[in-house]
Amino acid sequence: MEKSIEQINTRIREGNARVVTADEMPALVAELGEQGALREVDVVTTGTFGAMCSSGAFFNFGHADPPIRMERVWLNDVEAYGGIAAVDAYLGATQQSESRGIQYGGAHVLEDFVSGRRVELHAVSRGTDCYPRRNVTTELILEDLNQAIMVNPRNAYQRYNAATNSTDRTLYTYMGTLLPGCGNVSFSGAGTLSPLSNDPQFRVTGGGVPIFLGGAQGMIVGEGTQHSPAKGFGTLMVTGDLKQMSPQFLRAATMHGYGVTLYIGVGVPIPVLDLDIVRATAVRDEDIEVSVIDYGVPSRDRPALRTVNYAELKSGQVELHGEPVKTSSLSSYRRAREVAVALKGWVEQGKMALALPTRPIDPLKAARPMRETGRSPRVQDIMDRNVVSIGDDEVIKAAAAKLLKGETNHLVVVDREGRLVGVVTTYDVSKAIVHPGKAKVVGDIMTRKVITATPDESVDIAAQKLERYNISALPVTDTANRVQGMLTAIDLGKLFGGRWRR
Amino acid sequence: MKLLVNFSRKRGSEPIIAKAVKETGVLIMVDRAQIDPAGGQMLIDVPRESCRLVSDKMGELGADVRILEHAVTLDMSECVDCGACISVCPREVFTFDAGWRLSMKEDRCVLCGRCVPACPHRALSVLV
Ligand code: SF4
Ligand code: SF4
Repeated sequence: MEKSIEQINTRIREGNARVVTADEMPALVAELGEQGALREVDVVTTGTFGAMCSSGAFFNFGHADPPIRMERVWLNDVEAYGGIAAVDAYLGATQQSESRGIQYGGAHVLEDFVSGRRVELHAVSRGTDCYPRRNVTTELILEDLNQAIMVNPRNAYQRYNAATNSTDRTLYTYMGTLLPGCGNVSFSGAGTLSPLSNDPQFRVTGGGVPIFLGGAQGMIVGEGTQHSPAKGFGTLMVTGDLKQMSPQFLRAATMHGYGVTLYIGVGVPIPVLDLDIVRATAVRDEDIEVSVIDYGVPSRDRPALRTVNYAELKSGQVELHGEPVKTSSLSSYRRAREVAVALKGWVEQGKMALALPTRPIDPLKAARPMRETGRSPRVQDIMDRNVVSIGDDEVIKAAAAKLLKGETNHLVVVDREGRLVGVVTTYDVSKAIVHPGKAKVVGDIMTRKVITATPDESVDIAAQKLERYNISALPVTDTANRVQGMLTAIDLGKLFGGRWRR
Repeated sequence: MKLLVNFSRKRGSEPIIAKAVKETGVLIMVDRAQIDPAGGQMLIDVPRESCRLVSDKMGELGADVRILEHAVTLDMSECVDCGACISVCPREVFTFDAGWRLSMKEDRCVLCGRCVPACPHRALSVLV
């Protein structure tokens, strides 16, 4: 048996379509069997509510008198992109306020508009013959705009890798607060309710399909940016009328130490046309797997510690290295359900008819990493290879002599095999000479806990270390802990200029 | 019930916790303490019914005592029930109820403050 979209739409129009939310589907299929479920269920509604950074809206403000061709545009001091027609602008959710930093951003402007609050528009221009005005400042509410059209380049991730942190300090990331020593696991996504996990083949999910977006009826534009369904990470580009949206399903947020983001509700109604769709929508939390990624490793290809499914993640605890670790969700499962339930209501009451994609989405695509034509500089490219070292058993006076001769402020201290054991600075040596106490040899006054860099480490990572630990030099060591060079703030200054010049 | 106790050692070093326990007969749990030679701040936990008694006694002993009605507070209008706060709290103050709504056991809170920046929606605050 198969059903057509026309049959389903007729039932919707007549108000007797059978609609269920995606979290109810697994039990229903278990009870009725696949054939039974196909007969019984017409539409499955999905939903997700979480941080979706790649979001924003186009605005048209109408013309001022005299008119202005807005070149740069700010809304509540958050810059919107003004490089489009005279009184149009695109405001991105993650753009930060000029004055309030990450406490307020594009997402907050969107929430303020949707909540009916006033927003100050400020724009500047060079002035042209047809648009003589050079600046304008006015207060607007959402109704004052001709259009406020949300267009989100990447929403509704099929699933998302969970995050943990193996380092010894707390990390503040877009996946939230990650405690040291793998102290917690943070995850995102609605699992069984997730729109794309219920249609991973993109059978009925594609351009032109009506959806729930932020409380309004919206539409799928097509595949989202970074769409990568071949790896299980499909995404959608979606659009909807901001004027119809509700703050219940659109909320600004700030990820501490990271930046601004938008929480938005997205739901896709899935017409149950055939058995394949029945099977896909019967997906359970247990069936959807993701990796737990170590965000302590600062490179693109971070290591995966293990694979987990959403049932484990939602249970509040997963095992890592044989220990139970608490989990936290960043997205709200409660609101995801509210999205699916609201969408179910619309379809049941005949307020939303379904449609098949007019533009299909490729279910086999895989996103590629960036092609980098220039190689980002490594520590070995800029480090100083003339390292002045000293043995840990040499007298302090010898260190003073070397510091004087070597025109450096840091001596690396090595053991007899040439392995790094510490660092002494001009300050350590001066102190020991001015206050001669028990300290006799370099080993008595050196710093033993040394922060180091490796030769093939990216310069950006090394720069972050200097900044974080507030130090001015990093010994560069190979895998055998032998010193290959020294990286100083001065070397970095040659590369980056300004900030690192001392 | 939580009490926030500030004391200085100017008046001679009275062992205020020990004295308060001895003279009131109430058991006092120290949740957190930060003490240096000049004085310190402690967060203590006492049974609700003995709260006045202990706070008066500590007042007599020269400490400045504040009764904390709410340790951590949740702004319900900002909370979206995501759960980002759950795993960062060392005291398991936060859990989900059966309907995936955030629920809190405030009396477990030791005001460490970790959850405040961890909430993406600025829904949590601690009063210290
Ligand atoms: S302040 Fe600390 S103990 Fe209290 S709820 Fe927040 S994280 Fe938990
Ligand atoms: S992190 Fe904030 S918004 Fe999320 S559940 Fe906790 S209090 Fe609510």
